[in-house]
Amino acid sequence: MSQVHDRSGRERFREHSTEVAVTAMETVGAKVPTSTSGAPAGFRSDHTLPVAVELRRQLRRRRTQLALVLMALLPIILVVAFAFDDGDTGGSVSLVDLATTSATNFAVVCLFFSASFLLIVVIALFFGDTIASEASWSSLRYLLAMPVPRIRLLRQKVIVAGLLSVAALLVLPVVAVVVGLIAYGGGPLATPVGEQLSFGTALLRLALILAFIAVQLAWVAGLALMLSVLTDAPLGAVGGAVLLSILSQILNQIEALGVIRDWLPTHYSFAWTGALVNPIRWDDMIRGGFISLLYAVVFATIAVVRFRRKDITS
Amino acid sequence: MRRWLRTPARRWTTLGVVLAVLALVAVVVWPSAAPARVSSSEQRISAPGGPGVAEPVELDTTLYLPESTPAPAVLLAHGFGGSKASLTDQAQQLARDGFVVLTYSARGFGTSTGQIALDSLDHEIPDARALVDWLAERPEVTLDAPGDPRIGVTGGSYGGALSLMLAGTDPRIDALAPVITWNDLGDALFPNALADADTLSAATPAAAGDAGDGVFKRGWAAALIASVTTGASLTGTLGVAEGDTGDTGFAGPGSGGGGSDDGQDGSAPPDAGTDGSAPTGTDGAPSLPTAGGIGVQASCGRLMLELCAAYSLAAETGRLGPDLAALLERSSPATVAGDITAPTLLVQGERDTLFGLDQADANARAIAANGATVAVSWYNGGHDGGSPDSDTEQRITDWFRHWLAGTGPEPSTAFRYTVDGPVSDTGRARSRTLQAADYPGLDPAAGPTSETPRQPVGLTGSAQVIVNPPGGQPAAVSSLPGLGGLASSVLSTFGGGLPGQTARFTSEPMADLTVLTGTSRVALSISRVPVPALPGTSAATSAADDDPGAVLFASLAKVTPGGVRTLAGGAVAPIRITDLPADGSPATVVVDLPASALQVEAGSSVEVSIATTNQAFAGSTEPSVYRVALADQAAVASALGTAGRDAGAIGLDTASLSAPEVGGERVGDSEIPVPQLVGLVLLAGLVVVALLIGGRRFGRGSSRAPDPALAEVPLAITGLRKQYPGGVPAVQDVSFRVEAGQVLGLLGPNGAGKTTTLRMVMGLISPSAGEIRAFGRVVHPGAEILSRIGSFVEGSGFLPHLSGRANLELYWKATGRPAEDAHMDTALAIAGLGAAVERKVRTYSQGMRQRLAIAQAMLGLPELLLLDEPTNGLDPPQIHAMREVLQRYAATGRTVLVSSHLLSEVEQTCSHVVVMHKGRTIATGTVAELIAGSGETVFGLDRAEDTETTVRVLRDELGLRALEVTEAGVQVDLGRVPASTAVAALVGAGVAVSAVAPRNRLEDVFLAMVGESVDPAAGDGAMTGEAAPSTGSPTGAGDDREVRV
Repeated sequence: MSQVHDRSGRERFREHSTEVAVTAMETVGAKVPTSTSGAPAGFRSDHTLPVAVELRRQLRRRRTQLALVLMALLPIILVVAFAFDDGDTGGSVSLVDLATTSATNFAVVCLFFSASFLLIVVIALFFGDTIASEASWSSLRYLLAMPVPRIRLLRQKVIVAGLLSVAALLVLPVVAVVVGLIAYGGGPLATPVGEQLSFGTALLRLALILAFIAVQLAWVAGLALMLSVLTDAPLGAVGGAVLLSILSQILNQIEALGVIRDWLPTHYSFAWTGALVNPIRWDDMIRGGFISLLYAVVFATIAVVRFRRKDITS
Repeated sequence: MRRWLRTPARRWTTLGVVLAVLALVAVVVWPSAAPARVSSSEQRISAPGGPGVAEPVELDTTLYLPESTPAPAVLLAHGFGGSKASLTDQAQQLARDGFVVLTYSARGFGTSTGQIALDSLDHEIPDARALVDWLAERPEVTLDAPGDPRIGVTGGSYGGALSLMLAGTDPRIDALAPVITWNDLGDALFPNALADADTLSAATPAAAGDAGDGVFKRGWAAALIASVTTGASLTGTLGVAEGDTGDTGFAGPGSGGGGSDDGQDGSAPPDAGTDGSAPTGTDGAPSLPTAGGIGVQASCGRLMLELCAAYSLAAETGRLGPDLAALLERSSPATVAGDITAPTLLVQGERDTLFGLDQADANARAIAANGATVAVSWYNGGHDGGSPDSDTEQRITDWFRHWLAGTGPEPSTAFRYTVDGPVSDTGRARSRTLQAADYPGLDPAAGPTSETPRQPVGLTGSAQVIVNPPGGQPAAVSSLPGLGGLASSVLSTFGGGLPGQTARFTSEPMADLTVLTGTSRVALSISRVPVPALPGTSAATSAADDDPGAVLFASLAKVTPGGVRTLAGGAVAPIRITDLPADGSPATVVVDLPASALQVEAGSSVEVSIATTNQAFAGSTEPSVYRVALADQAAVASALGTAGRDAGAIGLDTASLSAPEVGGERVGDSEIPVPQLVGLVLLAGLVVVALLIGGRRFGRGSSRAPDPALAEVPLAITGLRKQYPGGVPAVQDVSFRVEAGQVLGLLGPNGAGKTTTLRMVMGLISPSAGEIRAFGRVVHPGAEILSRIGSFVEGSGFLPHLSGRANLELYWKATGRPAEDAHMDTALAIAGLGAAVERKVRTYSQGMRQRLAIAQAMLGLPELLLLDEPTNGLDPPQIHAMREVLQRYAATGRTVLVSSHLLSEVEQTCSHVVVMHKGRTIATGTVAELIAGSGETVFGLDRAEDTETTVRVLRDELGLRALEVTEAGVQVDLGRVPASTAVAALVGAGVAVSAVAPRNRLEDVFLAMVGESVDPAAGDGAMTGEAAPSTGSPTGAGDDREVRV
């Protein structure tokens, strides 16, 4: 029997008894019967780390919550910012100039602003953290020794990171449309080309744009996942993915690279503007989606191959 | 594959290097992957000077030879301001395609001698015939007949007109492909877009008025003359026109233009000279002398003097004088195009305010009328927009390949043209290429079905009054000659004309997407609004016979609902009405608007503008006011009169635009890039499948069957080895067994390999060699048998943002096992955190984490519990309790494996011990056994001065050698000597023995086992594998010990 003092002295446990632990041993019963595989009855490796459990582990993280809240706040901040606009577009007509035309215009502009950086950061955050943060918490070894089969662990992590990414991707335009409806009304979507799309059509186009952006950002997810497996530092994985995407964007600006640019994963990152014309320009969206998925699959394959045999020393 | 994976780090390094090398190779080689150069030779060929030129001219030529000869020849002519040097790339490409290519600098250009006569039938054309003669003598050139080589001719602009006129005057020409060139130079430089009976009856899409007495295209003329007078080397700097940008973004250079909708055009290097005629005019137009007379000769450069003089006059008056008209006629393919019999591919640019689509249309009509094969391509460039894209280049090559070399299929005579889509958010339009079966209207025999369909598009707009300001200034700007596509595309978006000077007539928004292909027409009623002459002005000066008449500029634009205006072709069509009544009575005219390929999307409308001024033309400087209105059908019919065609049939209804619509199918790749789409779908499917079945096991498990004999043995390790690439082995040779019910201590100093061994047992690290079996089953990463093992290795692993309880609960849920198997209460009791269990783990002290981690390891009461340094950070009572817990836990038939570097820990906690050192197991057994293996005894002495006596007695009398003097007394290995004998001897010697105690604690045993290997005296081999086994036995230490005494 002893009194345990918190190291800070801030809190005192009343009567933690070491004897409680000892007596608890008396209640330890018989061993759990084992199945033919040698594992305890009730254990199935393909039931380990269910998505719901992993989701709970991630959703309670401040990081996850902040990312989602930020996505929800961005449209509100933009509405306030646009309130300062004096309405003079200087004669040029671009998407941003049309932001205050309607709710769907506003949502498109929110995506426009966030697509080249914010969304990349958020996705890199969700996917770059998958393995590396578990490694940095040292919890990875306990998950693997549980055992969660390695590929399954990767898969569950990817599913949850994907769900969170999709959620973040949805929160932004949904909030933007709601905020936009209040601020600018549900008029038709005006495009810089001069076309008008009815509110209903515009919502469908918005869904298409979201689907494209989700596919287009898959390469960031794959890259972040790969880096997450290769390094034990979450910051390295997230930062590395963001840096490489910035590098790709910079290279894409260099015209001397010619056709090489067509193979940069960010080359078609704004191909979704093709959804804002009639008829929809599918070609670059398809190219962009293909390139992005290609990178994503390559990166993810490297991640799987590496993680499958990696010596976990974290 | 297995071996491949065994050394992953090395493989990944290799793979990384390979990838880096490949990337480097790609970057280095890709842009310069040109095949070997073809052989070439330069020679100067002389030709007669022609009429009025005494000296023969010397032409600077280069002959390019293909790999195999004889081969058909291609004569390649350069554009205005260029030279043969600007054709090098194109010539080499054609030579690689199997043609003998002759390039030359035309007279007056490059280092050729002579003066420029503007492709005159008297000068430049005979020059070209002389070159054909020369080629006919070359052994490398295939001959049709002696003196008649198999030859094609092509060139851009200046070279294009030469091609046409050479083919029109020399029957030896077998095929030709003139690019962006003129039909009638007088008409091109002095256009008048009033439709006359001829053009109205033409069934081709882009036929345009040729009413004569046109309006001087002074901007372009000045730029052209400037390129001669300044002698600047003016090769094309506009880059390559974009082809079908809708589909080319992905294609290599071979199948489409570069670039996509972002970034700017012109990323390709200037394709020197293929349209070389586009003068940049950088040092050009403003400095040009526009007045003749004095200094004419000085300002003419290498231009033939009579041309220069005639030009100067035109620049002064703004009218086409008879001298210049006669000269220009000798420079016009129109005079000889009717004689062309060779298959002709006419390539014209849609961004060309110098030689519009109507010029190619006139050529096509003239050549087709002769029965020759004619094909027409309009590409998305021209003098304002760059040289032909690669698809068009390919068409030219294929044309020659068939008609000259006889290889390849007969090229289609389809009509290909490119239309721009809506302007995207980047401010650029994307284009697609359409193809119709034939260029319409070339075959009169085919009847009306082959004619260009024309649809009326209703226009609205009341009569408007427009003013020509005095001096014709300020003037509207619609194009900047020579500045290329960028400027013209910018201008075209607001080329709406100046207010007060522009009348506009607009259509309703289009219901469907419409592509206007060719010359749109509109009938207008124009009248002069009488302006009272101001006092003092003399009307007499302008009342002379050079009355400029009414000069107006018509244009067609697409207007989006948002108000963005796109000028068709970036061009305006000037009209001059010389017989406009001064009394204000209206004249009905039919105006041919600039020919273009204009896509009007649904919802957009078209707008016809009539303006009084345009910067690019020498308009009227006389102040005047006009009333412009849409003509009604009766007036149109009477105005057309003798045209022989009903106005309605050609779309000229009242107040409507006659819109040519050729239609056609999208060519090249389809709108959807199919390979990428297939790839996209496959990859997406792959991702979905991977996510669905990833992580499942398909009867994989271990390749090694379970060992039934070991089924009840919690852990059996044999020959375990782990070596990281390039390092010393962390574990070299570890073998031991743990039986059920044991509390086994894994003892060893830091770095002994304990933790590595435990990680291998947990499946975190793959062994380099050896085998681990838990309950008879081989442990490998993810092995299911691991679910019977609870572990705590190298510190806790919790999610800091969750409470201790949530961590345990989620951990258990993650195992997927039933909640009742968790025994959460037991675990929480072991953790003993009290209320703190609800706090976030990040607030915990190390000891709290430690206890929570042990509790987590014991969740589900695993049959084998691995604990690595479990008592770190615990206070003594907790340590004591922990020992108790572990011993009781083992008493339930389960097994505990505790690793520690603390000997007392193991001694007090464990029943069995495995001693590890330098990656090896050096001893195994029960704690008692290990201790018993040692016979050391310590004799405690009351008086320190007895030490010497003690040592002497023990050594000399009893013959003991392994002696050591310590603070506690004298320590000796008694061996077979009973302790009582030793005590008696000592007492007999007068030593006051205060205590006799076996020094057989585990610590001593351990030190005895490992001591030598850390002792430098043991030699350099201490760190090697050889040293360890010899020190493994606790009994072999004697001799060394003696040294210390």
